[in-house]
Amino acid sequence: MATTTAKPAAIGDGGPKAVLTQEDRRALLRYMLLMRATEERALALYRQGKVPGSYYDGRGQEAISVGSAFVLGPRDRTCILHRDLGAHLIRGVRPGRVLAQMMGRAGGVTGGKEGNMHFGDTELGCVGMVSMLPDMALVTCGLALSFQMRKEPRVAMTWFGEGSTANGQWHEAMNVAGVRKLPAVFVLENNQFAYSTPNDREFAVDPVKRAEVYGFPGVKVDGNDVEAVFYAAAEACERARSGGGPTLIECETMRMHGHGAHDDMRYVPKELFEVWAERDPIDRYEKKLADDGIDIEEIHASVKDELERETEWALSQEMPDPSAALQGVFATSDPKLGDGNAPWSRWKEASHA
Amino acid sequence: MPEMTYLSAISDGLREEMRHDESVFCMGEDIGAFGGAFKVTDGFIEEFGADRVWDTPLAENAIIGTAVGAAVEGLRPVCEMQFADFIACGFDQLVNVAAKMHYRQGLAVPITVRLPSGGGFSGGPYHSQNPEAWFLQSPGLKVVAPSTAEDAKGLIASAIRDPNPVVYLEHKHLYRRVKGEVPEGRYEVPLGRARVAREGTDLTVISYGAMVGIALEATDDLEGASVEVLDLRSLVPLDTESILKSVRKTSKVVVLHEATRSCGVGAEVCALIAQEAFEDLDGPVVRVTAPDVPIPFSPPLERAVLPQVDDVKEACRELLAY
Repeated sequence: MATTTAKPAAIGDGGPKAVLTQEDRRALLRYMLLMRATEERALALYRQGKVPGSYYDGRGQEAISVGSAFVLGPRDRTCILHRDLGAHLIRGVRPGRVLAQMMGRAGGVTGGKEGNMHFGDTELGCVGMVSMLPDMALVTCGLALSFQMRKEPRVAMTWFGEGSTANGQWHEAMNVAGVRKLPAVFVLENNQFAYSTPNDREFAVDPVKRAEVYGFPGVKVDGNDVEAVFYAAAEACERARSGGGPTLIECETMRMHGHGAHDDMRYVPKELFEVWAERDPIDRYEKKLADDGIDIEEIHASVKDELERETEWALSQEMPDPSAALQGVFATSDPKLGDGNAPWSRWKEASHA
Repeated sequence: MPEMTYLSAISDGLREEMRHDESVFCMGEDIGAFGGAFKVTDGFIEEFGADRVWDTPLAENAIIGTAVGAAVEGLRPVCEMQFADFIACGFDQLVNVAAKMHYRQGLAVPITVRLPSGGGFSGGPYHSQNPEAWFLQSPGLKVVAPSTAEDAKGLIASAIRDPNPVVYLEHKHLYRRVKGEVPEGRYEVPLGRARVAREGTDLTVISYGAMVGIALEATDDLEGASVEVLDLRSLVPLDTESILKSVRKTSKVVVLHEATRSCGVGAEVCALIAQEAFEDLDGPVVRVTAPDVPIPFSPPLERAVLPQVDDVKEACRELLAY
């Protein structure tokens, strides 16, 4: 297996270097393709009337969840947003369970209790989002607090849109993270619009600048460059693990679909859309890897195969029994979060070491 | 058994749980160096350190949201709202994140949220509220409101041990006024069980929190009537069995609480009795509560709003004569 390294990035002062092998880069592309293919399939199922409610996706933002979640180790924890299917896939959620979730089937991650991307596979270390944004930023602080109190070198990572940064709870989270120096990584996805409201009506300063006033670093990266996101997240995770506290990473991107499937995006200027269409994160990365001699078609074919199998499985799942609606309001035991999948070669090496 | 105030009993219960289990910790505003606005955690920072007795920033959603995250990772946070009124500022994390967590994704959230509640000391509209009914409409939360020192200690322990978010209403008026014998060491009072505060046969007063004492005082010598007083202790889950048992015994019921009237705990208790014990009643079910107004500041105004001993006496006399 090829182990050529891409652009090694120094992390911290004299700390370990984040390195992507060719196998890692292949995986980054594959996860982005799998996210897009799964969401395209879900949208098709929605249009066939098989997905109740509305439908929300992260088209155009694939590099962010994939690049950042790829950094995480098994014992790290996540609170994932609805634009970030890639993070779920990396942590080990199968596409079939995601599709079953969207269709409200018993085999979905929440067994029909929740819809859309409002889920977290707790066995894979994810605490699912709620609709109130950015509530999970505070839950992330709590996960990080538990690591800090137990002196464990672990990281809590969460994702949110720039719209969330207007809400008071976001500021409460940034303040708590700063004052306690929590091992948390906040990934801000600036996709230009909070539903229909553009950046210039959302805030008077670029939200990345706010990190400094809460006492920790904020960095801005091209959110459509999966490796740029990866390296920024790797540096942030290393800082968190070594006691250096939180990081805010602003990923500049564009939401290429409506807020939901019901939204025709009439408020988006055509020229703006076209500019971002040219910067598609998957097209860009495919070209880069193809130039490096990686067989792109092989990856496409394997994603297609996987998705066919997963869709078939999802469609074979039953709808939940109505009696389930009345179950599970209260816990009778203390089930714990499990560990997530960690495909980055660094973790595989660590486990062999 | 040593005698303790209601306040010391809460402290004692908290301290015992923290000594017993390292995963239990306290967080809230001014609970560390200052020992809490009411001194419930006085001396805790010296014994347990600043990490486990965390003086948080003034941000209630941050307190509860952070507690949720720590709880799903296996810790057992006890959050103090400085006054119950401020739960409004942490409401979203409590009802949307904590309460629905297990239903939505099967994850336990063992947090305790302590709410110093109630009026009677000119706290005004924002330091006197009894917000318990807000939580009854939020499936996934348990709600308790002790009235005695023994229950205060036993219920704080069971709230901490329970795998669900528990709202623990501690009435400020009782802190130093109520004293009682409290068992030493760790013990739990089970959630969801009412307590017969006094046996009786002619009429039942159903109450909880600070109003249990008012009920006992008002009916101690009521022209020889035998009045049962049922202390609910737990509002969610509600001990419907004990309520109906007492109603079937006395056939006359006064429901008493300090919180405002409409859609309050009393309304739920009355509806339960109307539906399940209609045939057993010998009179209308009567509510004695605060009227639907904010709690005013000035002593005569506040007295006019909060249920007084005489209000309870009058309601009981009328019902006994029915």
